[in-house]
Amino acid sequence: MTHEHDPRPEDLKQRVWESIQRDELPPQDDRGRMRLVMNNLVLHLHPSKVAKPTLKFTYTWGLGGLAILLVALLAATGVMLMFVYTPSPETAYQDMLKLQTEVWFGQLVRNVHHWSGNLLLIVAFLHLLRVFFTGGFRTPREFNWMLGVVLLLLVVAANFTGYLLPWDQLAYWAVTVGSSLLSYVPLIGEGLRNFLLGGPEVGAATLTNFYGLHVAIIPLILMGIVSFHIWRVRKDTLSVPHKLDGMVDGTEGTQVEKVTTLPHLVSREMVFALVMTGAILLWSVWVNAPLEAAANPDHSPNPAKAAWYFMGLQELLLHFHPTFAAIIIPALAMGALILLPYQRFDLSAEGVWFRSRKGRQMALVAALNALIAVPLLVVLDEYVFDLAALLPSLPTLISNGVLPLAAILLLLIGFYDGMKRLFKASACETRQSVFVLLVVSFVVLTVIGIVFRGEGMALMLPWEVL
Amino acid sequence: MAAKDLSRRDFLNIAWGAAGALALVEAGGVALSFFSPRIVEGEFGGVIEAGTADSFPVGSVTPFTQGRFYLVRMQDGGFLALYRKCTHLGCAVPWNPAEGRFVCPCHASAFEMDGQVINTPAPRPLDRFAVTIVDGIVKVDTGTPIQRDHSNPNELVYVEMAT
Ligand code: HEM
Ligand code: FES
Repeated sequence: MTHEHDPRPEDLKQRVWESIQRDELPPQDDRGRMRLVMNNLVLHLHPSKVAKPTLKFTYTWGLGGLAILLVALLAATGVMLMFVYTPSPETAYQDMLKLQTEVWFGQLVRNVHHWSGNLLLIVAFLHLLRVFFTGGFRTPREFNWMLGVVLLLLVVAANFTGYLLPWDQLAYWAVTVGSSLLSYVPLIGEGLRNFLLGGPEVGAATLTNFYGLHVAIIPLILMGIVSFHIWRVRKDTLSVPHKLDGMVDGTEGTQVEKVTTLPHLVSREMVFALVMTGAILLWSVWVNAPLEAAANPDHSPNPAKAAWYFMGLQELLLHFHPTFAAIIIPALAMGALILLPYQRFDLSAEGVWFRSRKGRQMALVAALNALIAVPLLVVLDEYVFDLAALLPSLPTLISNGVLPLAAILLLLIGFYDGMKRLFKASACETRQSVFVLLVVSFVVLTVIGIVFRGEGMALMLPWEVL
Repeated sequence: MAAKDLSRRDFLNIAWGAAGALALVEAGGVALSFFSPRIVEGEFGGVIEAGTADSFPVGSVTPFTQGRFYLVRMQDGGFLALYRKCTHLGCAVPWNPAEGRFVCPCHASAFEMDGQVINTPAPRPLDRFAVTIVDGIVKVDTGTPIQRDHSNPNELVYVEMAT
C-alpha cells in the first residue's frame, strides 16, 4: 500500500492563510481579479466585469451605493444606541438626555443615526428619480423596480417607527397624527390602528411595538431585500447610458466596452463611501438632532406637525376628506408607481436622460406647470372655495373627496392630451411629463407643509413659521 | 370522475400541501393573538367617579386629565362626558373658555360645547363616554368611546329629582 501525501506546502502559516483566502492576493491579472470578485462573499454581489460607461458618476450619481452606506451607518449607530436606550415611557426621554450629556460621543452617535435616517429617505427618493428618468426600469428590470418601491416604503416605516423612540413632544404627536390616518381605512381601520399602537392611544405599548419593529423586524426585512435588490442588479446588468444621438455615452460608437469590477468599480465605491462618511460626520458634529420637551399626552403643541416626509400627505389632508387624502390618493399613487415599468417604452430611450430632446422640453414644461398650479390651487382652496360649504346637502366624503379628485383626474387627462398634441410626442414621452407633474406637485405640497404652515395650520410666510 | 384520476402521489402531495397551509394559518393565528393589544391598565378605561353633581355649575366644562375627558354641564343642567381626542387625527383638544368652544391645535377643527363640529376637517362630533348619576355622584365609563354622527339632546344625563 502506498501512502499518498498531501501535496500542499508543509508551512503551517501559509496553509492557514490559504485555507482562508484561496485566491492570490493581490491578483496579478484580470482573470485573477475576476476570480477574486466571484469568490468573495461580499464582492460577489457584483458581477466580475461591468460596462465601462456605467462607471460615469453623473449616470447613477452613486445614489444606490450611498443608500447602502447609509443602511450600514444606521445599523452600526443603531446598535450602539440600543445599549443606552430603554423603550419605556418612564426611561426613554431620560435616556435621550443622558445620551446627550453623559455618554461619551452619545450626541454624535445619535446625530449620525438621525441624519443618516433622514438622508436615506432623500437618497432613496432621488435614486428612484434617477432610475425613472434614465429608463432604468425597462425590461428585464421591472421586478427590481418593484423591489425598490418596497424598499422605499420600508425606509419610510423605519423612519416613522424610529421617530417615536425619543419620546418627546415631536415624537408623540407626530405618531399620534400619523397613525390616526390608518383609522380612515374603511371597516378595519380602527382595529388596524389599535393593533399597531397596542391600544386606543399612543402609550407604553406603542413604544414597545415600535421599538421591536424599528430594531428587529424592519432592519431584517430591509437588509434582506437590499441584498436581493443588488443581486438582481447583477443578474439584469445595469442599463447603459446613451446620448441623444443613440451613441453610448463615453465612447465613440455603439460598442460597449467592459472592464473588471476590481479595481474600476470597487475603488470608486470605496472613495465615494469614504467621502460621504466624512461629510455625514462633519454635518453631525455641527448640527444636532432635535429633541423637544418630554412627551405630554395632555397637551398637543400648536401646530402639531407630522414628520417632514409626511408633510405632502398632511397638506393633502387639509384639502381632501381623510379617506381620500390618506387612503385613496396614496393607494392610487402607489399602484401607479409599481405598475409603471410595465407600460410600453420607447426602445431608443433606455439610458437617455429624460428619454429624448422632446422629453426634456416636456419635462421642463410639466415642472413649471406644477410649480405654478399647485400653490395656486392651495391658496384658492384655502381662501376662496369651500366645496363643503357650497354643497351642504352632500356628505363631505363627496364634496371634499369624490368631486375634487374627479376634477383633478380630468385635469390630468386634459394635460396628457394637451401635451401629446402640442409636442406631437410619443406616449412614453407624454407619460414622463405626467410623472414630472405629479412628482413636482408632491414636492411642492411637502415644501408648503414644511415652511408655509404655521400656528393652527394656517398659511403664512416662512419667517413667521420658523 | 376526477376522484378516480387522483393518483396516490397526487393525493399525498395535496395532503402535505394542505397540512403545510394549515400550519401557516395556525402560526398566523398565534402571532396575531400574541401581538393583539393588552387591556389598558390604569385609570383610563375604567369607570371614573367625577364628583357630586352640584359641584359642577350649569354651563361649565371641567377637564379630567387622568380620564382624558371633559365633563360638560349644559345650560339646562344635563351632563355629557366628551372624549378629548380629536375625531380628525387624534390630537388632545383643549377647551377654550374665552370662545366657548373646543379648538384643536393640530388642524384647527372646532367643536361646540356639546361636541358638535363647527369647523372641519373633523368628520364627526367629539366621541362621548356614558355618564351615570347615582345618589348625586357623577360617574363616567371611559371603557368605550361612543361615536356619533350628530350630537343629540337624548344623550344628556340629568340628576334624578328627589320626589
Ligand atoms: C433602515 C434604517 C434605519 C432608519 C431609517 C432609522 C431611523 C431612525 C430615526 C429617524 C430615529 C429617531 C432618532 C432621532 O430622532 O435621533 C431612530 C432611533 C433609533 N434607532 Fe434607528 N433607524 C434605522 C435602523 C436602525 C437599526 C438597524 C437599529 C438597531 C439595530 C436602530 C436603533 C435605534 C434606536 C435604539 C433608536 C433610539 C435612539 C434615538 O431615538 O436616537 N435603528 N432611528
Ligand atoms: S387632529 Fe384635530 S384637527 Fe386634526
